Amino acid sequence: MNPGIYPSLLIMCLTVYCIRMLPFLVFRKEITNRWLRSFLYYVPYVTLAVMTFPAIVTATDNIWSGIAALVVGLLAAWFNGDLFFVAVSCCATVFLTGLFL
Amino acid sequence: MTETSKNSTENKVSAHELPWFVRGLRDGIPICMGYFAVSFALGITARGVGMNALQAGLMSLGMVASAGEYAAIVLIGSSAGVFEMITTCIVVNLRYFLMSCSLSQKLSPDLPFYHRFLLPYCITDEIFGLSSAVQGWLDPRYSYGMTIISVAGWTTGTVLGVLLGNIMPAWAVNALSVSLYGMFLAIIIPPSRKDRFIAGLVVISMAASGLFSVLPLLREISGGFKVIILTLLIAGAAAFIHPIE
Repeated sequence: MNPGIYPSLLIMCLTVYCIRMLPFLVFRKEITNRWLRSFLYYVPYVTLAVMTFPAIVTATDNIWSGIAALVVGLLAAWFNGDLFFVAVSCCATVFLTGLFL
Repeated sequence: MTETSKNSTENKVSAHELPWFVRGLRDGIPICMGYFAVSFALGITARGVGMNALQAGLMSLGMVASAGEYAAIVLIGSSAGVFEMITTCIVVNLRYFLMSCSLSQKLSPDLPFYHRFLLPYCITDEIFGLSSAVQGWLDPRYSYGMTIISVAGWTTGTVLGVLLGNIMPAWAVNALSVSLYGMFLAIIIPPSRKDRFIAGLVVISMAASGLFSVLPLLREISGGFKVIILTLLIAGAAAFIHPIE
């Protein structure tokens, strides 16, 4: 069933490329189907939320530093929103809580 | 020269302006720095499932997708089958589909057709954002400039993450392991602040994901399929309940 790492990478790279390429070939006009447009619009939020929680909590070797990173990340994203800043805030939180836990 | 009329006019008006490719290289520098930090963490994650530097570097060079590569690592780590790999890749990277749809509207009809095969490689959140912010038709060379410099940082960061992940002290690995999630939060939280429906969607998605990881039976479902099932269900329902526009 599993084809090994290199074939897996090739399959996934080609899949991702096709996802990006097909609209340039097919959709020369704007998509008109309202449900499809809405679905595509909501997809990133659901996908990233599902991938972030609960994974962020269990990513470090102490669950409390993971929870702290989640809280700080939420606050940083809410009040600042800069990609790099939020990522660094989460890392710093895990580092600082790691000194005490 | 096959340049679009809009852009050639622009170039005549501001002849002292840098060529689009060079402007792309310049605007790509901050993207490159951000990518480096995030992809370093990605490299550590890849190492964790047994990938080597070459494999992780090829993945970053070929995929150029943060959430997509994270999913790819999870799939490789769990020895997923081909069907699961393809379906997960499609679902996790669906937003690029939407971005490509949008950016295809910014290409001049006179643009040589081969750009429709090159530009897709450049579609990331950041490069898409800057490319679509250009006035008038997009000169693809702007996107190519940004892509070359940011993919260099992205790939180098991934390779170094694999190579140096093991000599890094545990506290540093711990700290970097959450940077990707921080980036995901930075993508989904600011729109949640502006739009209550999206905020609700994020909360429901996280709650459902949490339930899937603790409830018996649901807990057995692999990470990749969890993303597919929850995305199709929640985003599909959201599109019915609250269609955009």
